[in-house]
Amino acid sequence: MDNARIDRIIDKHQGEASSLIQVLLEIQSENHWLPKEALERVSEKLQVPLTRIRHIATFYKTFSLIPKGRHEIHVCTGSSCHVRGATRLLDTVQDLIGIRPGETSSDLRFSLETGNCLGCCALGPEIVVDGKHHSKIAPDNVEDVLKDYD
Amino acid sequence: MPRINSATELEELRKGILSKRDPNKPCIAICAGTGCLALGNDRVISAFEEEVKKQTLEAKVDIRATGCHGFCEKGPNIIIYPEEICYIEVTPEDVPEIVSQTVLGKEVIDRLIYTDPNTGEKAAHQSEIPFYKNQMRHLIGNNSKIDPKSIDEYLALGGYSALSKSLFEMSPEQVLEEIKKANLRGRGGGGFPAGLKWETARNAPGEEKYVIVNGHEGEPGAFMDRALFTGNPHSVLEGLIIGAYAIGSHQGFIYTRHDSPQLRNNIAVALTQAEEYGLLGENILGSGFNFNVEVHLDIGIFVSGESSALMRSIEGKNPEPRPKYIRTSVSGIWEKPSNLNNVETWANVPQIINRGSEWYTSIGTERSKGTKLISLSGNIVNTGVVEVPFGTTLREIVYDIGGGIPNGKKLKAVHFGGPMGGSIPESLLDTPLDFDELAKLGAPIGAGGMFVLDEDTNMVDVTRFFLNFLTNESCGKCVPCREGIRQMLKIVTNISEGKGREGDIELLEEISEVAGAASLCALGKTASDPLLSTLRYFRDEYEANIKEKKCRA
Ligand SMILES: Cc1cc2nc3c(=O)[nH]c(=O)nc-3n(C[C@H](O)[C@H](O)[C@H](O)COP(=O)(O)O)c2cc1C
Ligand code: FES
Repeated sequence: MDNARIDRIIDKHQGEASSLIQVLLEIQSENHWLPKEALERVSEKLQVPLTRIRHIATFYKTFSLIPKGRHEIHVCTGSSCHVRGATRLLDTVQDLIGIRPGETSSDLRFSLETGNCLGCCALGPEIVVDGKHHSKIAPDNVEDVLKDYD
Repeated sequence: MPRINSATELEELRKGILSKRDPNKPCIAICAGTGCLALGNDRVISAFEEEVKKQTLEAKVDIRATGCHGFCEKGPNIIIYPEEICYIEVTPEDVPEIVSQTVLGKEVIDRLIYTDPNTGEKAAHQSEIPFYKNQMRHLIGNNSKIDPKSIDEYLALGGYSALSKSLFEMSPEQVLEEIKKANLRGRGGGGFPAGLKWETARNAPGEEKYVIVNGHEGEPGAFMDRALFTGNPHSVLEGLIIGAYAIGSHQGFIYTRHDSPQLRNNIAVALTQAEEYGLLGENILGSGFNFNVEVHLDIGIFVSGESSALMRSIEGKNPEPRPKYIRTSVSGIWEKPSNLNNVETWANVPQIINRGSEWYTSIGTERSKGTKLISLSGNIVNTGVVEVPFGTTLREIVYDIGGGIPNGKKLKAVHFGGPMGGSIPESLLDTPLDFDELAKLGAPIGAGGMFVLDEDTNMVDVTRFFLNFLTNESCGKCVPCREGIRQMLKIVTNISEGKGREGDIELLEEISEVAGAASLCALGKTASDPLLSTLRYFRDEYEANIKEKKCRA
């Protein structure tokens, strides 16, 4: 992520220190992770110490300080999906791609996340890949779905 | 867009909008709520747009992408006006037929209407489908009648008339009095009377005061705030402006989810449109009242929905809660008086002002007035957003509206309030929906997530689920919460894996007492509520797990 893009985001928020979290959030959503250089740039432009930025960036699990894979898999483990079989679904996904929640595969193909009810309880259990919902999915069908993402 | 400079101009504009509308003109309202979009309703919307173009019907038929209709289970949903014909599970392939047969030919397509799985009875109209028929949809019912991106459609339904009435016919004190008389109670969890909170902020010293919408909705299994805010953003905004007027605030904040693009977008559009019309900003409707709103996004951690944490987050800091003895109504954002209410609480305000507190208090129970939005989920046939008057029994919600339990299973328990709530057993299903009744039973309504559990559920596992959720969400600042929850989780996990020991239950009770008394914020204080409620009603399951050393996980 180059400085021009970061500066654009910062300028949008009038360069105010109070907008730090919003700035980080936008960088995260554009870039999918927060590189060290980006944090340094933000620190310099917003005049906020790097330690405080790191404090925030490590506090929220939405922020990632390591690169993410090309495809983000989200397995909903909210309450409703839980009683509808999300645990088995998650086990299947983990077995298939060989990583655990919060990790990225070494070929950078997939990142896996869980948690966070997405408000689609009618569709559970579900997995979401790059924003696309695969609803009421049985563990047996996961392999088929993931095949399409490389 | 012209700026509106008086109450009269607002009414003229409204008349103008209405006069251009033909109530008999067919309109296809397509649900673009989270659930239906995830099921591919965007493709249904494009298919309708193409079909209407193909048949050159643009002038004769309206298409409207709306917020969640409520019946998410049967999505993608569409409703065809003026007949209010509901089609469920619609695919793009159905579209040409719907346009020629139903929209033009006025004929119902049998295959696409709802069939009651129990009676086999078919229902074509919204007023006949049990899911809708047994509700009272004062707030969410408008979702299918408006395009959330069009302020004119909100105005056509009488929108902003309550704001105009407040500004020109009522003093701030009168507005406050009306809300107090209506006994509007907060919908975000506590059920605290909104009028009293407003009054505290109003009377707190200082010129600068803030009003805030809590649109965080972090409780797993809760999706009604999103449905309402995305589908009808102006109703929340109108309530907020009225509240600001009553409290004497000129700056508002909306704190909402970062992970729902529709929600963010619809709020942004609503703010811009309201500003252009002069319903927001300087000299609102020519009344001399000024009010601005800023949007802040949460970052997906549960505790940031707690009032003091939320306010720190708006200040740009980490959302760590602070002790409750400093009330945010007196000292909140930047130590200024700050009044926080939930999305649904704000959305109730316009109708109270328009129809009066007497009308409002005629709905509900003795001490819980009005309607309540419920997110129905879990082992239930009809998952979706439900709105019922307080006083409706849980049995009616589960069976008449929710359609009962899938796969012929029996109901075991109903859980309210998510990770800080509680479960009650089937035997108490005739309890009415009521803040105090449910709290007494150890299952406070919380934000309104109603989680239905069937006979196969192991309650120890449910408890473990919620404790596990909270260990990940505790901010870690105070020890009783951070360590207390972790230890409780460890013991409950042992019990559920068949490794429980005699004395574990007593130990759990002891830890929960300490965590409840010594934690800084409500997260830690109430973290053991699911545990305590399951110990109260399902103690035998814990005991059986311990005695028989059975693994139920
Ligand atoms: C851990 C925690 C999370 C909360 N999350 C929310 C939330 O997501 N939405 C909400 O409206 N209230 C939430 N609350 C309650 C708020 O602190 C506050 O009481 C509420 O927003 C006030 O609005 P009301 O009076 O209109 O209900 C939460 C409370 C706690 C302790
Ligand atoms: S999302 Fe369409 S009915 Fe709820």
